[in-house]
Amino acid sequence: MSVSPAIGAASGAPESYDEHVSASACPACLAAPSAEQMAKSGDIKGARIMLSLPTAHCAVCITDVERELTRQPGVRSARVNLTLKRVSVDAEPGVEPAPLIAALDRIGYEAHELDAGMLSATETDKRGRDLLMRIGVAGFAMMNIMLLSIAVWSGAEAATRDLFHWISAAIALPTVIFAGQPFFISAWGALRGGRLGMDVPISLAIILASAISVFETIKHGHHAYFDAAVMLTFFLLVGRYLDYRTRAVARSAAEELAALEVPRATVLRDGAEVVVPVGELHPGDLIRVRPGGRIPADGEVTLGTSETDRSLLTGETLPVYVGPGAMLSAGEVNLTGPLTLRVTAAGKDSSLHRMADLVAMAESAKTKYTSLAERAARAYAPIVHLLSFTAFGVWMWLTGGDLRFAINISAAVLIITCPCALGLAVPAVVTAASGKLFRRGLLIKDGTALERLAEVDTVVFDKTGTLTMGTPKPENLGDLNAQDMAVAAALAAGSSHPLARALAEGAAAAGCTPATLDDLREVPGYGVEGRWQGQIVRLGRADWIGATAGNSTATHLKIGTGAPITLRFADSLRPGAEVAVAALIAQGKRVLLVSGDVEGAVAALAQRLGISEWHAGALPQEKAALVTQLTGQGARVLMVGDGLNDTAALAAAHVSVSPASALDAARTASDIVLLGQDLSPVADAVKIAVQARRRIKENFGISILYNAVAVPIALIGLATPLAAALAMSASSITVSLNSLRLK
Amino acid sequence: MSVLSYLIPISLFLGGIGLAAFFWSLKARQYEDPKGDGERILSDEYDDHPKP
Repeated sequence: MSVSPAIGAASGAPESYDEHVSASACPACLAAPSAEQMAKSGDIKGARIMLSLPTAHCAVCITDVERELTRQPGVRSARVNLTLKRVSVDAEPGVEPAPLIAALDRIGYEAHELDAGMLSATETDKRGRDLLMRIGVAGFAMMNIMLLSIAVWSGAEAATRDLFHWISAAIALPTVIFAGQPFFISAWGALRGGRLGMDVPISLAIILASAISVFETIKHGHHAYFDAAVMLTFFLLVGRYLDYRTRAVARSAAEELAALEVPRATVLRDGAEVVVPVGELHPGDLIRVRPGGRIPADGEVTLGTSETDRSLLTGETLPVYVGPGAMLSAGEVNLTGPLTLRVTAAGKDSSLHRMADLVAMAESAKTKYTSLAERAARAYAPIVHLLSFTAFGVWMWLTGGDLRFAINISAAVLIITCPCALGLAVPAVVTAASGKLFRRGLLIKDGTALERLAEVDTVVFDKTGTLTMGTPKPENLGDLNAQDMAVAAALAAGSSHPLARALAEGAAAAGCTPATLDDLREVPGYGVEGRWQGQIVRLGRADWIGATAGNSTATHLKIGTGAPITLRFADSLRPGAEVAVAALIAQGKRVLLVSGDVEGAVAALAQRLGISEWHAGALPQEKAALVTQLTGQGARVLMVGDGLNDTAALAAAHVSVSPASALDAARTASDIVLLGQDLSPVADAVKIAVQARRRIKENFGISILYNAVAVPIALIGLATPLAAALAMSASSITVSLNSLRLK
Repeated sequence: MSVLSYLIPISLFLGGIGLAAFFWSLKARQYEDPKGDGERILSDEYDDHPKP
C-alpha cells in the first residue's frame, strides 16, 4: 500500500480538468464549454464517464441502467459491464456525472463516479490479455502433444515414436519459450536478487524437462516429457492468471473511485473567479467556497459566515459555526453561506497531507505480512532443489556414472514436485472468495487481506459515516403541532443545510403541507428567517433563536415571541450496521466503538448496537494508538472507518475496511472497500475469509499428499511421463474443485 | 501408417484454427464481461434486430 495516490488525488488534478483551466477568465465561459473547447474535444470523441454500480446483478439491471442513461441529454451510449459492476457512458463533451448518478438513483440504482483519469490503465488490460494469450497457446500445444503422447504410451515403436517425439518437440519448444516467459522473467529476477522464489524450481523444471526430452528424442529414447513441460506451463499460467485477475480487478476499482477531495478550487484573481487545480494553490490566494462545497486547502475566513461539517475530519456530527477569522482545514464541507478564504497552507503543508504523513508512519510501523503462499514457497523451493540434486548424485553413484540416467531421474523429480497444485492452491481459493465477496459488495484490494481477515479477533468501528450514514434524521417531529410543523417545514425549505433538508423531508413524510411565508431569507451561519401571519419566525442556531444549546445535534424553531422549540436530530444508522455488529459479536469477536464525536451520541449508539466498549472524543492519534495498543496485547484488529481521522488507525490495523463514501486517503489506507451502503457484508467477509483460509490449507495438504506418493516413485526411477502427466493433472483438478467448494 | 502423414497436419491445422479463433476473440474483447454477456441474452432488447 502506498500513500501517494491520496496525495496525488489531492494535489494533481486529472487531465480532464485541463480544459477548464486553460479557458478564459470569464466565469460564464467556465460554466458551459465554449465552442472552441467543443471543437478541441471533438477529436477525443466527447466525454467518457465511468460509474461504479455496486447493486447491479442481473439482466434487468443491465437493461434498466442502459435505457435510463441513454435517455439522459447528451448521452450517446452506455454499456454495463456486469463482471466489473460498472457502466461506461459515451457522452457529448460537457456532460457531468452528477446528473447521471441522480438519474440512476431515481430508478433505484446506487452509483459512484469513477476517476476518468485512471481509466486508461485498466481498460487496456494488456497484462491480463497477454497472460490469456499465453494460456491459449499453452493449451493448444498441450492438447496436440497429448494426442501424440497417448499414441506413444499406447505402444508406438521405433520410427513412429521418434516421429511423434520430433513433432512434439516442434510444437513444445516454441510454446515453452513463448508461454513460459512470465516464469523465466520472474525467476531470473529472483535469482539476481539472491532469492529462491516459487518461480525458480518452476523454470528449472520446464527448461530441464524440455532439454532432456530433446536429448532423448535425438538419442531415440523411450521417454520424452514434452507433454509434462507444456502441461506445467499451462496449469501454472492458469494459476498466475487467476492471481493477476483478482488483484487487477480489485485494485483498479478501488483506485478509480473518484476522489472526494475537490481537485479544483475557485480562486479570486483581480476580482475575477478562476478555476484552478488544487495543486496550483499558494498560501495567500483568496479562494471562494460555495455552500455544499468542500474546502480545498487550509485557510482563514476573510468574508462570509456559514457552518461547516467536520465529520469526515473529526467525527463530530454537530456543524460548526464559522465567521471571519475562523481557521478551516481542507476537507471540511461548507454548509450554508458562501465563504471567502485566504489560503494559509496548501499542498504539502496542508492538514490533509499531515494526515497522510501520519498514515505513512503507521504503515512503516506495520510488520510486513507473509502470506501463506510465500511461506509455502520459502519452505518448498529449497526442498525441491535438494531432492533433485540428491537424486542426481545418488543415481550417479549407483549406476557408476550414467549421466543420462541420473539427469533423467533428477528431471523427473523436478517435474513431479513442480508446484502445479501449489501454484493453483492459493489463487484459485482467493479468486473464488473475492468473487463471492465482490458479489456482496466488498472489494479486496490485496490478496493477503483475505488471509489477514481470517485471523481477526477484534473489530474496531468508527461511528460517523461508518456505523451511521452521517446524515441526520429528525427525532422529535411528533412533539410539534400541525401548525408549528407547517411553519418549520416552510422555513426548512428555504435552506440547503443538511438539518433543514432532513427536517423538510421528515415533515413531508409526515404528510405536512408547508405554510406560506413572506420575506423568507437565509442568514448564513445562523438559520432561516421569514414572516408568517405578521410574526417573525426563525429556524436555526440556539444562540440566534435565544434557546439554550444542548449537546446533541439540534435546531430550534421560534414563532413570534413564543418559547423556542428544540428539534433534535439523530444520525441515521447505516443499513446492515445492526446485523453486522450482532453477527460479529455472535462470532465471538471483541467489538469496540471509537469516535471523535461527543460522549452522549457515542454512548447512545453503542447501547443501541450492543457494543459494551466505546471511546468518545478520540483524536486521530488516539485512534491509531488504541489500535496499536490492542495489537500490542496480541489482538488482530479489523478497523472499519471512513474519515480522515480514521486513516492512521486504518493503516495501523491488521486489516481494514472502509466504505466507498469514505475519503480518498481512508480508502487508500484500507485493504477492503465496501462498495454499497449496506454494512452487513463485513460480518460475512470475516466468515468467508476463515473458510477461504481453511480451503487454502486443505489445498496445500492435497499437494503435499500427492508429492508424498509421487516423489518416492520418481526417486527410485519408476516415474514415466504417463505417471507424471496423470499425477499432475489429477492434483491440479482436485485443488481447483476444492476451491470451488467455498460457500 | 501412411495415414499419419496427412492426419497429423490436419489435426495441427484444425487446432491452429481454434487457436486463431481464440486470438480473435481475445482481440475483440470478448472476455471483458463474461457475466454480463451471459445475462444479456435474457433481455428482450435487440431480439428482432442486432444493435446498430
